[in-house]
Amino acid sequence: MKLKGRAHRFGDAVNTDYIISGRYKFKIQDPKLLARHVMEDLRPDFYKSIKKGDFLVAGKNFGCGSSREQAPLAIKYAGISAVIAKSFARIFFRNAINLGLLPIECDTSKIKEGDVLDIDVDKGLVINKTRKKEIDIRPLPDFMSRIIKDGGVLKHFIKHSGFKINA
Amino acid sequence: MAKTIAEKILSAHAGKDLRQGDYALCKVDFCLGQDGTSGLIIDALKEIGAKKLAASSRFCMVIDHSAPSPNIGVSAIHKKMRTFARDFDLTLYDIGCGVCHQVVLESGRVLPGDLVVGADSHTCTYGALGALSTGFGSADLALTLASGRNWFKVPQTIKIVVDGKLPKGVYAKDLILHIIGDLTADGCTYNSVEFTGSAIRALSIDGRFTISNMAVEMGAKCGIMEPDKKTLAWLKKYTNKRIRPVFADKGAVYSDIRHYDASRLSPKIARPHTVDNVVDMGKLKNKPIDEAFIGTCTNGRLEDLKIAASILKGKKVDPKVRLIVAPASKPIFLEAMRSGIVEALVNAGANVVTPGCGPCVGTHNGVPADGEVVISTANRNFKGRMGNPNAFIYLASPATVAVSALRGRFTDPRRYVR
Repeated sequence: MKLKGRAHRFGDAVNTDYIISGRYKFKIQDPKLLARHVMEDLRPDFYKSIKKGDFLVAGKNFGCGSSREQAPLAIKYAGISAVIAKSFARIFFRNAINLGLLPIECDTSKIKEGDVLDIDVDKGLVINKTRKKEIDIRPLPDFMSRIIKDGGVLKHFIKHSGFKINA
Repeated sequence: MAKTIAEKILSAHAGKDLRQGDYALCKVDFCLGQDGTSGLIIDALKEIGAKKLAASSRFCMVIDHSAPSPNIGVSAIHKKMRTFARDFDLTLYDIGCGVCHQVVLESGRVLPGDLVVGADSHTCTYGALGALSTGFGSADLALTLASGRNWFKVPQTIKIVVDGKLPKGVYAKDLILHIIGDLTADGCTYNSVEFTGSAIRALSIDGRFTISNMAVEMGAKCGIMEPDKKTLAWLKKYTNKRIRPVFADKGAVYSDIRHYDASRLSPKIARPHTVDNVVDMGKLKNKPIDEAFIGTCTNGRLEDLKIAASILKGKKVDPKVRLIVAPASKPIFLEAMRSGIVEALVNAGANVVTPGCGPCVGTHNGVPADGEVVISTANRNFKGRMGNPNAFIYLASPATVAVSALRGRFTDPRRYVR
């Protein structure tokens, strides 16, 4: 799998309240409408700056806080194809995989706002075209890659009539 | 080989010997959803075409995050939950029953050694009873409900040993804030935490829930305590099922062991906008406040309301401060009425709202204005958490919140508690 896009740069500890505020997640059910409020408290009107396929790039502990699946859902429907962070909080990490939104763990310190990135998932590399740097990705366990390839956990569950942990 | 509590519980539920780092499919004993997450659970079940729910008798939904509904959007979600519960004959705790975690605990459905998942990050609260309980997203919860199982990674475990006696005016909340401040918001990510030591054993069960509840605020998957006589006595009030406690083996492997001395602690406060931004209460002395909130799955239990009432009885909250109280459950609300706690609080100027999450999640019941300062007994102080990104939320113990409401400014409670 290969992805191309621009980096939207955020800091450490981006919690799920910042990704999608409780003000919206409790009353909006349509994910397309939810996506308009993604990251709103950190960057008003952020969704307008996203081009389909772009990446969210952050520091450590991305997605900490609540278990709301609306967080990766809003990111996905805003057109983001992968979240690249130094580390993820565990519920968000699992939710992202379940929705087929790629969580990429790597050293993000050399990625700046607007950098053009290529991601080669099979080679395990983020290639920063703007800064001409290659960054190694921490590989996903096979089981989780399979869920992503199946298009998310619900499709995975239907396809295999359950969870397929071992190949 | 010696095992941690997490290794033991997950092995028992997978039917095979597991070690940290292993992945396995495990049978789940109980699962739950609330009104912020159940809409997506129902959508996911529709998507997989589930006709029968394997865990239907081991599941409940609770309407607590916005209860009663403050707007049309939320009303639609509540209606969807009620219809779903009727169609599949599921247990639904409707508005007024309380915060999901307290409701589940009081239902007697969670026992030591159980494996529990909830579509709410504070599901880790039940660790205080010796269960492995953790937060899931809605799709995962839907698949658990449909199949009765889900996959788990067996976590590493960090052992936190707390000895020494908590000084007067210093509580479980101060202790867990201190630990989170020390270990930081991602200090336990992907780990199970085992809380142990004489200071943990000396806590009431209510106090232990406060500690386990906040394990997720340092990234932990769960925060488990070994059951003791107090645990068994507490459980007896809610269930007559046989209890099979699970203990850690001597020689179990821990990724880290941390020691804390409770006797050296003073009241703590978490400043905006992260839970690990913890300082001694004294650092903020006399800063004025606008709103005070006592409640939530962290600190809305009887012991918490009792402490607040003992401080506020016969006195008046500062006229510049709004005090909001949300009992964590209906039984707690009723007991607080019977024992005069509610009367003392209301006479002091408190606004007692429906048992539930109250203003903690920012949907209703006390959204702060721009620039306002809120002191709260909740577990999160993220920017915008209470519904306004331009407000400032500070987290503290019920005693600190009550005393600060009384004086209209941040106040160390130690001089005020009997």
